[in-house]
Parts: sequence; structure tokens; C-alpha cells
Amino acid sequence: MEQFFQQLTNGLAVGGIYALIALGYTMVYGVLKLINFAHGDLFTFGAYLGLTLLTSMALHEHLGPFLGVLVLAVMTMGLVGVMGIILDRVAYRPLRESPRLSAVVSALGASIFLQNTVMLIYGARFQVYPRNILPNIVINLFGLPIPLMRILILLTSVVMMAALYFFIQKTKIGTAIRAAAIDQGAARLMGINVDQVIMIVFLVGPALGGAAGLMVGLYYGQINFTMGWVYGLKAFTAAILGGIGNIPGAMVGGILLGVIEALGAAYISIAWKDGIAFLVLILILIVRPTGLLGERVAEKI
Amino acid sequence: MKNKRIIIYGILAVALFCSPFFLNRYWVDVLNSVGLYAILGLSLNLIVGDTGLFNLGHAAFYAVGAYTAAILNTTFHIPILWLLPVCGLTAGVFAVVIARPIIHLRGDYLCIVTIGIGEIVRIALINNVFGITGGANGIFGIARPELFGFQIRKPQEFFYLIWFFVAVTVFFFNRLEQSRFGRALNYLRDDEVAAEGSGINTAHYKLAAFALGAVWAGMVGDIFAAKMTIISPESFSFWESVLMFTLIILGGSGSIPGVLLGAFLVAGLPEVFRGFASFRMLLFGGAMVAMMIFRTQGILPPRARTFPIDTVADKTR
Repeated sequence: MEQFFQQLTNGLAVGGIYALIALGYTMVYGVLKLINFAHGDLFTFGAYLGLTLLTSMALHEHLGPFLGVLVLAVMTMGLVGVMGIILDRVAYRPLRESPRLSAVVSALGASIFLQNTVMLIYGARFQVYPRNILPNIVINLFGLPIPLMRILILLTSVVMMAALYFFIQKTKIGTAIRAAAIDQGAARLMGINVDQVIMIVFLVGPALGGAAGLMVGLYYGQINFTMGWVYGLKAFTAAILGGIGNIPGAMVGGILLGVIEALGAAYISIAWKDGIAFLVLILILIVRPTGLLGERVAEKI
Repeated sequence: MKNKRIIIYGILAVALFCSPFFLNRYWVDVLNSVGLYAILGLSLNLIVGDTGLFNLGHAAFYAVGAYTAAILNTTFHIPILWLLPVCGLTAGVFAVVIARPIIHLRGDYLCIVTIGIGEIVRIALINNVFGITGGANGIFGIARPELFGFQIRKPQEFFYLIWFFVAVTVFFFNRLEQSRFGRALNYLRDDEVAAEGSGINTAHYKLAAFALGAVWAGMVGDIFAAKMTIISPESFSFWESVLMFTLIILGGSGSIPGVLLGAFLVAGLPEVFRGFASFRMLLFGGAMVAMMIFRTQGILPPRARTFPIDTVADKTR
């Protein structure tokens, strides 16, 4: 029983990370109907930039562990967000009016480009995050020893998701994003600056992905330039699982995928971990072809 | 106009035919992998380019073909070229079985499911499923192909085997594209609802395109196994599927000359950039973005079908 709860909390933490990355996919997809394959590599950039800032500025020594990591996270998110905007300008904006598959190939090209940029800057070997940035405490929760790190990660991702949900649902810019997602042409006619909306989407989505990268670095302690592929694919799976384009769907999908993976690895076979995740996805899509929270779209004739 | 095109293609074909006499082993080998990518690209083009199904897991069918060849050849010592139809058949059956329940998924949902199938197949191969795939090390000791008592072993000899297969593939897919079946697929891609309204059984045609593409990929798997003599799961990663997909869109989706050109770009460009050492893949990624921005439709987009007015008038009379 204890193993079950350990795996469950682990799955929830990893799921929170997946959900944060999945939000970037789903937001871009919602507005542009584009699978941003380079999103996973922006996440990698988040992890590496976080490491660079951490070792060069040593904020955690000046500001204390918690405030230090918080400031670090904000800085990483800002930098990765700006990279997202540049990515959109260079690789996607010229292709707005072209066939969708062309934009997908441009995204794949951008992904290869970014991945190799990371490799050339930081080298191909694993990079190690310094240990004990955050105090390595184990908290006793209802009689279960759970590492503080796990709780913090889940908590942070939930807070970020709640903030995003509030931003999308309650603010004026969020309303504009939703309008542009429903119908770009109509949104334009209502006086919404769609280009600006797309820019905001490419700021917020990658910023969340960058935060997730930092979290992976802090949680697992080591990062590699190819990890964007794996996490990106998982997060994209999560976004589809929940119904792509749907923001609460990405959150549910991410957490669910993390839990399924952790439990599958523990109780079925660790070697089949990734296979189980995809198998569940396929089974769910057979039953619900547009994901768990995806709406049924009526065919227009 | 048409004659001019035939002359250009003819000259290119003759140049390619003579190229092994002038190139060293290394470049002939590069041309061999271009050929393999060209056949894989053409088989995927039927699914992605002609039918408009978003398949990013084509490496799975390629892997099924290659492993069928390797297992049957190493355990039962059946000559590898005889296994060509068997490999095609297994890959095709596999495609029908897994695609049947998912073929109705739309666009990006189908994309992630095909990625998932590709990954599941790769993971199954690594985990030595049924104890016959040899795990992460793969299978080695696959026999060289033999043709009329002549053993094919040098890259130059493989060059003619592979490019003969490319020629057959081009002929076959060209005929298919001109046929009623090909037109139905194109209609399906351009407007599914209208196609259904005109009496085209969409699920049936989609499945047929998927299966046929898989059959062809399975046969390429057989040739790949014969050429390498060792196969392992890493040859069938997600990256392979991405390359096959990329070459179609870069060259011009739905266009056979485009796909052939795309194969040269995808297999050839990294070799050309080899001088830049570690910057090679960076440049390749950048080139992909740039090519899409400057040639949105691909480099050689398909030409619209033309029906000369006099033949149409003949038929209606």
C-alpha cells in the first residue's frame, strides 16, 4: 500500500510537469491549429538556462533557497518566453497562410535546430544540477514519508495552472485568446489584434514549458540535450489525451498520463513504461476519438 | 512540354545508372540509402500525400518487414529475396489490424496514434517480445541476397538492386495515381465529405491506402535487412518516421518526382554538410525551415490533373 502511494505521488509530480508542457502545445494548437514540435526543445532550453543562471548567479545563496528558486524560475520563464516569440517570428509567421503540413515540417526543422543549438553550446553529455538547492526534507503526510520536492513540484504546477486558467477565463487578453481560438476571422472583425494574441500565446506557452524544464532539472538532478524529444512527445500525448486545444484537458491529460506511467512502471513492467502510456492513449482514443474533454466537432458541409 | 520533361527525366535516369562507375564506395552507399528513403517516401506518400492521412509512425511497418525477413532468414534459412512478398504481407496485415480501429480519427489525433504505434513497436523490439527479436542488440547474421546464383555484396551491386526496386515502385505508384483508386484517394484528401457523398467508401479507401503503403514499407524492410545483415531497434526510431515524413513535404507532397528529390535532400544534405562536422544537423534543421518558408508547397509540387478537351468531347459524344 505504501508503495502504491509513493508511486501515486511520484506520478502526480511528473504529471504536473507533463501538464505544464502540454499547456504550451494545446494553447498554440488552439489558436494556430499547429503542432509546435519545437516546444519540447524550448523546454530543454528552460532546463539549461535554469542551470546556467543557477550556477552563475547563485541566487539561492543570496536570497535563501525558496525565494532564490522562485526568482530563478521567473527569469527562466521570461527568457524561454522570449525565445518562443522569436521562434514564432522566424519559423511560423511566414507560413500562416500555407498548407498545415508545411508548418509542421518547419516545426520539426526548428526542433532539430534548437536541439543542436543546445548541444553545441552545452555539449552532448549529461549536465548535473547542483544538489540540495532546496532542502532535502522528507515530510510525513498521513503517515507516509514523501519528499518535499515532490510536493513542491505538484503544488507549483497546480498554482501555475490555476493562474493560467484565471488568465484565460477572466482577463481581457484571455478572452481575446479564446475568441481567436474559435474563429480567427471573426475575432479580427471584432477588433482583436490576432497577431498580438498569437504573440502572447507564444510567450505564455513556452514560459510554462521553461518552468517545467527547470523543475525536471531540480527533481531529477541531471539533464540532457535530447530530453526535449521524450518530454515533448509525452506532453503532446497528454494534450491529445485531454483533447487538444482544450486547456483544462491538457491539465487532466498531463496528470493522468504521469500517474498511469508511474503505476504502470511499478506494477506492470518498467521496460514497458512508455509503451503503456501510448497504449492507454490509443485505447482512450478508440472510445473517445477527440480526447477526454474534447468536444465533438460536427462536420460542416 | 511533356516531351521536354521526359527527356530531362531520361537524362537524369541515365546519369544515375552510370554513376557507380564514377563514384567511390562511400558515395555509392549514400546513393543506396537515398534509394531506400525514396521507396519508403513513395510508400508513405500514398498515405500522407495522396490520401492526406497524417502518419508519423511509418517506421513501424518498415520494422515489421525487416524483422520478418531477419527472423525467417536466420532461423529457416529462406533466401532473403524470396521473403520479399512475405515481408510485405506481414507488414500489410499488421497495418490492417492496427489501423482498422483508428482509421476514423481525424488529423492530429491520427498523427499521435501513429507515433504511439511506432514507439510501441520499437519498445516491443527492445524488450525482445515473444523472445524472437533479439532485444536491444537486434538480429545479426542475415544472409546476403542471391540472384540467379550471383551473390550481391558490394555497394555497387546493391545500387542496382535498390534502384531497380525504386524504378518498379515509381512505375507502380504512377499507375496507381492515374487510376480510379488514385483519383478516389485524392478526392478523399481534398474533401472527405464530398467524396463520401459521391459514393466513395472513405473508411475502405483510407484503410486500403494505409495497408498498401505498409506493404511497400515492409518490402523495403526486407531489402534493408539484406543490405545491412544486422538489424536493431534503433534503426526504426521515431526519427526515421520523421525523416520519411519530412522528405515528402520538402519535395512536394503527392508528387512522385518531388518525393524522389526529397529523398536526395534528406539522405544527401547531411552528407554534404559533413564538412561542417557538429554543425551539420543544425544546418539541416535550419534548411528545413528555410525551404518550407521559400517553397511552401514543396520543391516540386504535384501538377494538377489535366484532361485534354478533345478526349473528353469524344467520350460525351
